Amino acid sequence: MPTSPSDPHRDASGEHAVRSGAGVFDLVVIGAGPAGLAGAVAAGELGLRTALVDAAELTGGQFYRGPSPALGARRPEALHHAWSAYADLRERLRHCPAVSHLPGHHVWSVVRDPGHADRWTVHALTGPDGTDRAPVRLAARGLLIAAGAVERHLPFPGWTLPGVVGAGGAQAMLKSGLVLPGRRIVVAGSGPLLLAAATSLTAAGADVPALVEATGYLGYARHPGALAANPGKAAEAVTHGGALLRHRVPLYARSAVTAAHGRQRVEAVTVARLDRRWRPVPGTARRIACDAVAVGHGLIPQLDLVTTLGCAVRPTADGTHAVATDRSLATSVPTVWAAGETRGIGGAAVALAEGELAGLAAGARLRGAAVPPARTARLRRRIARLRSFADAMAAVHAPGPGWPEWLTDDTEVCRCEEVTADRVREAAADLGARDTRTVKLLTRAGMGWCQGRICATAVACLATRYGASDAGPAPDRRPLAAPVPLAALAELPAESGPKTAEPT
Amino acid sequence: MKPRRTTSPARPRPTPRDVVGADPGPAFEITFDGRSVAALPGQSVAAALWAAGILAWRTTRGGGRPRGAFCGIGQCHDCLATVNGIPNRRACLLPARPGDAVTTQEGAGRADLAV
Ligand SMILES: Cc1cc2nc3c(=O)[nH]c(=O)nc-3n(C[C@H](O)[C@H](O)[C@H](O)COP(=O)(O)OP(=O)(O)OC[C@H]3O[C@@H](n4cnc5c(N)ncnc54)[C@H](O)[C@@H]3O)c2cc1C
Ligand code: FES
Repeated sequence: MPTSPSDPHRDASGEHAVRSGAGVFDLVVIGAGPAGLAGAVAAGELGLRTALVDAAELTGGQFYRGPSPALGARRPEALHHAWSAYADLRERLRHCPAVSHLPGHHVWSVVRDPGHADRWTVHALTGPDGTDRAPVRLAARGLLIAAGAVERHLPFPGWTLPGVVGAGGAQAMLKSGLVLPGRRIVVAGSGPLLLAAATSLTAAGADVPALVEATGYLGYARHPGALAANPGKAAEAVTHGGALLRHRVPLYARSAVTAAHGRQRVEAVTVARLDRRWRPVPGTARRIACDAVAVGHGLIPQLDLVTTLGCAVRPTADGTHAVATDRSLATSVPTVWAAGETRGIGGAAVALAEGELAGLAAGARLRGAAVPPARTARLRRRIARLRSFADAMAAVHAPGPGWPEWLTDDTEVCRCEEVTADRVREAAADLGARDTRTVKLLTRAGMGWCQGRICATAVACLATRYGASDAGPAPDRRPLAAPVPLAALAELPAESGPKTAEPT
Repeated sequence: MKPRRTTSPARPRPTPRDVVGADPGPAFEITFDGRSVAALPGQSVAAALWAAGILAWRTTRGGGRPRGAFCGIGQCHDCLATVNGIPNRRACLLPARPGDAVTTQEGAGRADLAV
């Protein structure tokens, strides 16, 4: 596995490298999480010239996020489930010369090559935070989008205080940097990730004075078929449950953190019971002291790249959107496949299976590779079974419509632009904004640095609540999938794509 | 909403490093607003700051309120810091390097991101 396909070719200014000398990849896989890694290995083993591109330095994505080698972890698997599947894939990647792993590559745009209708041009910024002065272009005959998910956040008063962090964010910082945001960490929100977060935070030495879940886990019982078909998932829940019992983590089900308190950082939270519609029940509030809060309300598929490519999307059981595919995981745009959380929130096991299936499908389509039908059939069965469980969970944890009742007028909804709930209400109710887009234009909510990645769900939900009609949370079209310095845009050639070598 | 725990049983408190059996190279120094902070090889700037108990290294453009890392994976941009004089670096992505001078980023830092 070479780490770069060839020496970067320097352009006349000597300033930025363009990997045009690399020729044309059969497949560029965007995202090296469980889905992308499995996809690249499957495609590479079929002989496809494959680039595995990820913003991060290491493969593994969110689930298999591990500490940098420099931290010398002897047991990186201690904070993970199912590490052996990852270790196996990494080993196969190492022995697969057809796959080039390109770490530190932030893909910000994918376009059809104007010179070759059957090719894609992938634009990436490089460096740990994408600020190196060496933008890169890759040419590809096919794309596998395995970009994963982002956490869904519902605002509450005080959620912008230092010490309030994403539940997935706390996981990521712990797994990669071996650090905690505090010593007494309330874990709150909704979804299975909270169990994983509480388990690893306690294992790493934090006290978790409350695990606050907006739904009841009993909701799973309404989907007995999905549970029975997924014994591995039940075992995982039992492992988490056992660990939490051992650490005496109190579970507050059907409850929410409805406010965080503190001056320079969080010092306590208010926890209140919720009714079935997620409205706080009056008289049930209690205060719990803490020095950090890890909060998240499930995950949302990351659709920036697929929507700019024009791939069709579908609504999901928990009110978001995911990319639509056929049973070979091909999107509506020819030669573009999708796998993992981009196809809908489902967890690492389904991401591994889908990545493999998509890699095989790309091999068959782009290179005419022979794929044993039994292998494909086995993967399809596995995916169907795991997806049924994931959809059941998504339905259980979908946010109830009453959550905005815990907002105050001055609760910030958009963190970047500091837009309050009151201003969103004013735009929709008083200024007559009829859709989310107008609300955003009037308030600048969702138009800051993160381009609405954090607040889009909440803004759309509030806009409808206060009168906008079509606020249905259609996936945002973000022109850029990563923040791009103006300089990089200015340097783009106006017309034709990069000079690429002959197809291999 | 029943369970209540009053006392925590005495147990040796593990650290994240213990759990994964980390044996990093020697710590090195970075600074935050002039104060010395120890960082481990392989940690991001944000991780090194968290390890030192520092949770905020930016103030917002409007209200001047403190912010630090939130999403932990490069998405939210709440963790922007000025590092060695260059503003708008995502501290959760940026590896700490010996001698890095991290300073609180006030307001916009510099408006050069095309978003
Ligand atoms: C913050 C966070 C923490 C999580 N922690 C856990 C956990 O502890 N336990 C658990 O069971 N599940 C966790 N999950 C759920 C996790 O998404 C899945 O379990 C699993 O990792 C999904 O695999 P995937 O391959 O589909 O996506 P991911 O693992 O998310 O991989 C996607 C990869 O694509 C890369 N990428 C995305 N866009 C671009 C781009 N434009 N350019 C370059 N690279 C890009 C990302 O860097 C990432 O490495 C977490 C999710 C999030 C968002
Ligand atoms: S913490 Fe969100 S971008 Fe760094």
